Parts: sequence; structure tokens; C-alpha cells
Amino acid sequence: MFTTYLRRELGGRRRQTAIVAIGMAVAIALVVVVNAFAAGVRNAQSDVLESVYGIGTDITVTQAPEAGSGGPGGGRFDFGNGAGRSTGDGTTRLSRERLTTTRGSTTFSASKLTTITGVDGVSAAGGTLSLENSSFTGEIPDVSQMRQGGSPGSGGTAGGPSSFSVDRFTVTGLDPSSDALGPLTTMTVTKGKGLSTAAAKAKVAVVDSVYASENDLDVGDTVSVAGTKLTVIGIATSTSGTGVATDSDVYIPLRLAQSLSGETGKISTVYVKATSAGRVGSVADAITTALPALSVETQEDLASSVTGSLSSASDLASSLGKWLSIAVLAAAFGLAVLFTVSGVNRRTRELGTLKAIGWSRGRVVGQVAGESLVQALIGGALGAIIGLVAILGINLAGISLSAAKAVTGFGGSGGPFGGDGGPGGDAAPNGAARTTGSTIEQILHAPISPRIVLIALGVAVVGGLLAGAVGGWRAARLSPAEALRSIA
Amino acid sequence: MYSITEVTKQYATKERGTIDALRGIDLDIADGELVSIQGPTGGGKSTLLQMLGGLDRPTSGFVVAFDRDLATLDDAELTTIRAQRIGFVFQHYNLIPVLNASENVEAAILPANSGGTITAEERRERAHAVLAKVGLADRATHRPAELSGGQQQRVAIARALVKEPEVLLADEPTGNLDEGMRDEIWEVIEGLWRDAGLTVVLVTHDSAIAQRTPRRLRIANGELSELG
Repeated sequence: MFTTYLRRELGGRRRQTAIVAIGMAVAIALVVVVNAFAAGVRNAQSDVLESVYGIGTDITVTQAPEAGSGGPGGGRFDFGNGAGRSTGDGTTRLSRERLTTTRGSTTFSASKLTTITGVDGVSAAGGTLSLENSSFTGEIPDVSQMRQGGSPGSGGTAGGPSSFSVDRFTVTGLDPSSDALGPLTTMTVTKGKGLSTAAAKAKVAVVDSVYASENDLDVGDTVSVAGTKLTVIGIATSTSGTGVATDSDVYIPLRLAQSLSGETGKISTVYVKATSAGRVGSVADAITTALPALSVETQEDLASSVTGSLSSASDLASSLGKWLSIAVLAAAFGLAVLFTVSGVNRRTRELGTLKAIGWSRGRVVGQVAGESLVQALIGGALGAIIGLVAILGINLAGISLSAAKAVTGFGGSGGPFGGDGGPGGDAAPNGAARTTGSTIEQILHAPISPRIVLIALGVAVVGGLLAGAVGGWRAARLSPAEALRSIA
Repeated sequence: MYSITEVTKQYATKERGTIDALRGIDLDIADGELVSIQGPTGGGKSTLLQMLGGLDRPTSGFVVAFDRDLATLDDAELTTIRAQRIGFVFQHYNLIPVLNASENVEAAILPANSGGTITAEERRERAHAVLAKVGLADRATHRPAELSGGQQQRVAIARALVKEPEVLLADEPTGNLDEGMRDEIWEVIEGLWRDAGLTVVLVTHDSAIAQRTPRRLRIANGELSELG
């Protein structure tokens, strides 16, 4: 009887049922899409963070560069007396190579890694040294001929042509023993072998597959770092996929990196894993207290350092999407409540009669609430279907989101030639943030999960119960005598 | 059946202040009596009927029925009495528009079957049997909108009778019907009174109907008098 009455009542007012169900469906679909979209963006962000900072890293510790410092990358190549080699036609061939810390990063004593490891709540910690190898090779014509009209680098005809080239690549020195954290976790050695603790002092290198491909390098070849020939023992590929560059072009043992760069006993980044996710904040605070001069960032901070369309999508999902969902849900719930109350008012005679013939308050309320609930569930099911189709559409569209790691750097001046900014001088104004490293492309994949469907139906149930509760409350308050009198 | 003593009912209204709908009513109705109550509109007929049916409580006085004072019972107890012992018939039939004739009748069995002892099939059979008794066996699946006024009132009577009540309270049961249908409904009610031994209280404007009842009462300005 309950079912028959409910079915007939909803069927008897199809337009009202359809309006409430469609309103609810639109709201639920929006909730489903926003949830899935946000989950997709979160996953993409997580992938980006992992590829940049390493899987399992909760906290990174660096030394902030001092304002106004040009950074090592902005230094100059020094060519002392007798530098270069003269050829028979008077041209001087120059070749210099140096290994310095990466622009925007500063080194600090590796002993601080020991301090960090000793902080309560730290599960593991590993240090790396981010470096940049710059090489200059070129020919400078006879100086006396230059005075007659040639200029360095101009390739002028008088006095013979001059040419030079500057080559840069990034080098990361890492401790092979701490492979559970940091850059090593974001790549796999696809050819040859990786760095091992046994080769901690060996002159070997593992090269990024993209860099190797661009420079025609293979296992067994050599790569020159700070003028020292290192044997390539392995090719590493990013876990983010083929064709995606890892965080550095060349990886070498930490001690070798320290030695070649003159940064003995120094590191530039410490990757920290906390004993539990709940302790990340307290561990970060403890490290800050222990080492106030260092910059401590949690995954949350790191997420905010990712820029690009992925970041915009994240903002969209978390702000506009969330508030739009809430607004539409509120409107749908309001609509459902309004129609239910209006239905109860319209059915005053009917509900009063049912009470007069002996229907209990609970039975009348149950009937009204049941109708609201079923109405909302129809909307919820419809909304879930629309939402799932929309998610499918988003996934089929293959929306590409780009992300780049932004770091706060302090503009220096000058490239390899120093001073006025020659080749390679990509300086930013003092104190301005700039983007370094490669941009990572992520295809947005909004996950379809039973959880999302359950959320949709759960929200529909809440909406139905809310409307049913308000409508039922009005029905419960209805006095049969007054209900019958009102139509007399 | 009923023993009503010194019953008053007052309503507070914004426009007209306090209204005395019933002024110290005393009334006894014996088991199996057929009583009609006449009177002008607003005289207190429907208010008195609602007191008898446990739909409303008096401001003062006693309404004793089924050995209990209805004035002192709570909502749940009154609901149980209405569900099991009193049948109502209204002037406007008050059928549920989305349910057919049989389902409307079954709706009255539901509250009387709170223990769940009557199956859906038994409920349907009982509804059909009562509909047959009021001459609507072939209209069981028709919705109210598909029935004439007289047929709708017969469905309403069947709904009142299906729970086998001890009292039938009818508020202007022929008020919306033409003369032919009025006689038809009267014959149904009178037949039930004679055959089933029901106590029937009939509120009506219609003197032709009232004159056919063995006991006639008149209520005006909240005061009751015997007409014969």
C-alpha cells in the first residue's frame, strides 16, 4: 500500500516530480564531476610532486639564497695568461668547464643532515647536491686582426671568423645508499646499472634517457663533468613515462659531486620522510627549530610551488567547483523542500482525512518523507549517470595540464661571460620568483569510483531526508479537525 | 454508546475574538441508535460531530464513549479509537484522488491492522466485499475522478465500514448530491443501520433526510435541542 500510494502520488504529479528530480540531478552531477575532477587534479599534482621531489618525501630542507646574490650560475669563466691553445693562423682555441651549484640554490654543511636525522619523528633523510655543469669552447681570432674591425662573437669577416659555444646541463650528486627518498625514487634504470654504494667514489655517471638521446650518449660512453671524464654506467628513465625528463640530466655519486664542484662536505637539499603522515607538521616545526637558517617545506608547501595550468585547475576545482556545487546543491535542496511543503499544503484535506480514518502521525509522516526520498533518489541516480557520462567525456577529451616547479630565486646578472649578461644569462629581477626545470605535461584523468556514486546517492538521500523532514513536520502538525474544518 | 456532559468548545479568532461553538451540551446516544443533527451553518453541528469522533477535544466537559472519556485521551489513543471503532463519511467524500476505489477502502484497513495480521490479499478481498455491499463491485479499479458523486460517496461509506466500526459518523453525506443520489445514499446508510446494528449519527441540512431518522436533534448557536 505504501509503495502503491507513493508510486501513484509521484506519478500523479509528474511535472513537480520531474522538476525536483532534474534539479537534484543537476546538483548531484555537478558534485560527481567536481569530485572526480578534483581527484584527477590531486592525482596529477601528486604525480608532479613525485616526479619533482620524489616518492615518499614528506619534507624538503634547503638553504634559501641570500637576496641580491647572483648565484654561482651567474659567475664568469676565468681565462688566465696562457689559457687556450694557439693555432697556426693566430687563432686561440679556448675551452673551460666548471661545475657550480644550481642557480637559485645554496649549499649548506652535510652535518645538518645528521641533525635532521636525529629529529624525533624522522623516519629517513637523504641529502643531494644540485649542480650545473657549464662548458665554454670557442676560437678567438688574432687580437691584432680584431683591432682592425673584428669583434668577439660577431663572426665578422675582417680578421677571420670567431665562434664559441656554451653548453650547460644539470648534475645531481646523490647518496646511493638513500635510494628510498629523493630523485632516485622517481626514475628507473632502464639500461646498464645504477649508482651503488660500492661505486661511491668511482668516476661514473647515470644519465637521464632524454638527455642521453639528445646528446647521443649510451652506456660505456663518457660524459665530461668539470673537465673530468665520467663513464656512463646507466640510463635512467622517469617513472612518469617515456619522453619525460627526470629532475636532472646527469647523476653522480655525492662525494664525487662535492669533490668536482669544490663543495666538499656540502649538500643543497635534504629529503625527509616522517614516521607518519600525522607527524609531518610537527617534524617540520622541529626541524625549523633545530635549524632556523634553513628553509623547511612540507608536501603542502610544495604543492603550492607547482605552477601552470595544473595549478589553475586545482584552484578551479577547490574554489569555484566547490562553491558552485554548494550553491547548486542548496538550490536543489531548497527546491525539494519548497515543493514538498507546497505538496503538504495542497494535500491538507487528504492528509487530514487519513488522520481522521486512523492513520497514525508516524504513518502520515513516513508517507510524505518516503515520497521526498524517492523523488530525491531518482534525481540522485539520474545525476550519477549524467556525472559519470561527463567524467567519461572529460577523460576522452584528454585534457592536458602543464606543471612547472617554481622556486624563489634571486636574480643575478651575467652568464658565462659575467657582467652584462651574455649567453645563458636568464636572470630575473631581484627577489622575483622564476620558473626553473622542465615543464611536466599531465593528461587529466578523472577517476570513476564507486565512492563517487555513493557520494552522489548519499547527497541525494540527505536532500530527500531534509525535504521529507520539513514536509513531514508540517504534516505531523496537521490537526485532523482543523484540516477538515479548513475545507468545510 | 455516548454520554456527553456539559461540553463546551471555544475557538479564539483574530477577527471575532472568542467564539462559543458549543455551550454546555448534554447528550446521550444509545447503542444502535440512528440520530440526525440539524441546524444552521456555524451552529455547531460539525464541531459536535468532531467531539464524537475524537477528532477534537472539548474546552470543558466529558465525552464518554467506549467506556472512556475521549476528552482526556492523548493523540495516539484517539487515533487507535478512530482506526478501530469509528467510521467517518464526509460531505466532499474526501477520497484519495490517486488511489482507485479498492485502494481507498484498503487505506482504512491499514491502521486497524497495525499488528500486520491481515495480508495484502485479504485486505483486497475485504475491500472488494464491502464495495460489493454498497453496489460498486464493478468499480473497484476506478479512480475517484472516474466515478459519479453518488458512487464516490458509496466508496467513502465502504471505507468507513470496512474496519467494521461500532459507530458511523456522517457529516452532510448527501450535501453534494442530487435528489436521486441522495435517496440512494440514504438507503445504503439506513440499510447498514438496520442490518449491522451500527450506531449512526448524521449531520444534515436536509430536512427530508432528517425526517426519516428515528431521533432528530437540532443545534443552533452552540445549544442542542431535541426535535423528536
